[in-house]
Amino acid sequence: MSAHVLDIVLSVNGDAVHERVDARKTLVDFLRDDLGLTGSHVGCEHGVCGACTVRVNGEIVRGCLMLAAQCDGAKIETIEGVSDSGAVADLQDAFEKRNALQCGFCTPGMILTAQELLTNGGATDRDTIREHISGNYCRCTGYHAIVDAIEAIAQTRGNK
Amino acid sequence: MKPAPFAYAKARSLDEAIALMGENDARLLAGGQSLIATLNMRLSAPELLIDINGIGGLDGIALKDGMVEIGALARHAAVERSDTVAKHAPLIARAMPHIAHPAIRNRGTFGGSIAFADPAAELPACLLALGGEIDAIGPKGKRTIEADDFFKGLFETALGPQDVLTAVRVPTATNGMRFGFAELARRHGDYAIVGLAAAAKADGKKLGDVRLAFFGVGETPIRANKAEAALAQGNVDNAVAALDLDPSDDAQATAAVKKHLAGVLLRRVTAQLLGREQ
Repeated sequence: MSAHVLDIVLSVNGDAVHERVDARKTLVDFLRDDLGLTGSHVGCEHGVCGACTVRVNGEIVRGCLMLAAQCDGAKIETIEGVSDSGAVADLQDAFEKRNALQCGFCTPGMILTAQELLTNGGATDRDTIREHISGNYCRCTGYHAIVDAIEAIAQTRGNK
Repeated sequence: MKPAPFAYAKARSLDEAIALMGENDARLLAGGQSLIATLNMRLSAPELLIDINGIGGLDGIALKDGMVEIGALARHAAVERSDTVAKHAPLIARAMPHIAHPAIRNRGTFGGSIAFADPAAELPACLLALGGEIDAIGPKGKRTIEADDFFKGLFETALGPQDVLTAVRVPTATNGMRFGFAELARRHGDYAIVGLAAAAKADGKKLGDVRLAFFGVGETPIRANKAEAALAQGNVDNAVAALDLDPSDDAQATAAVKKHLAGVLLRRVTAQLLGREQ
């Protein structure tokens, strides 16, 4: 059966969500427009900038390159949920302390991307950190401060 | 931009996907990491997307009869993490980190990359360099297509309008084989300005059965046959001189720059093949 409008049931930041969506609606537009979760940003809309990064079933994805209709049954986590849980509080503090953001547009995507690397224990050196965040554009900082912040958290978490 | 309206269907079987493709102006939705970008930019506007992600059994990675078989729906991230690929298809393992970025590799599929056949993409060139083969299923049943016969033109393959790519196979690497991979991109993970995937048999200090597959320099990944022959003769300068690529200017570089960079990559990859990587 094909349809232009679909009913989907999914978990968003731990809450059960039932919504009716257009087939053509992207995940990030659904989160922002239908659920009011505007922490995920819409930048390039073709997978280049990383501002729309969210987690689907535990893995980071481009929110602009998945359809909301594909998320029926999925577990979605956005910057709002990850922030509220406290899981990235140290990383957020490090970004603030080191001026790793200026306008903040890229920051939610940057935090979620960095968190995946840190959780997987992959933030072993600056080159690896740079490679991992290569899909997230920041037009303010020049990246050095972002790499500093991620590296600092890799060290403090590693020492715990 | 936002996509033009389309209908969405979740196929539960290959038969269902094939039938749906026959009735509609449809596109298959696998990882969607290229397709949804083209929809968002309104570069394509199909009537129907057929989501094949729910079809079971298409995401395996396994050894089969001396070949490494990678299912169409295996995510790039799974291929990148696979011990089987690392051990038995090292060229592919070497190429994986160059494919886009982690968030895209979590979602994009191996089969999707081959079927989309972007001329600047890594995996079609790897498949060509390895002499791999592609399994497809359509209304008339299953068939297998050699990599050398698969890439027909710009985003054009041997797949018919109702064919579904189901798996890709490459020969298992043997001790005598050498592999090389290099690409130049403005940003790590972007499509290559020029790239090269290569395989050869190492015979003492000489190379045999050289297969050089360039990407980003034409409408398809391209074998450089004359350079292959020259390299088998043992002379990298002659091989570079024998490169007869005919790239077009694009947004990233002029044809002249691409041709120059192809020579640079050939020297680097030759060093890899000879075990003299700097």
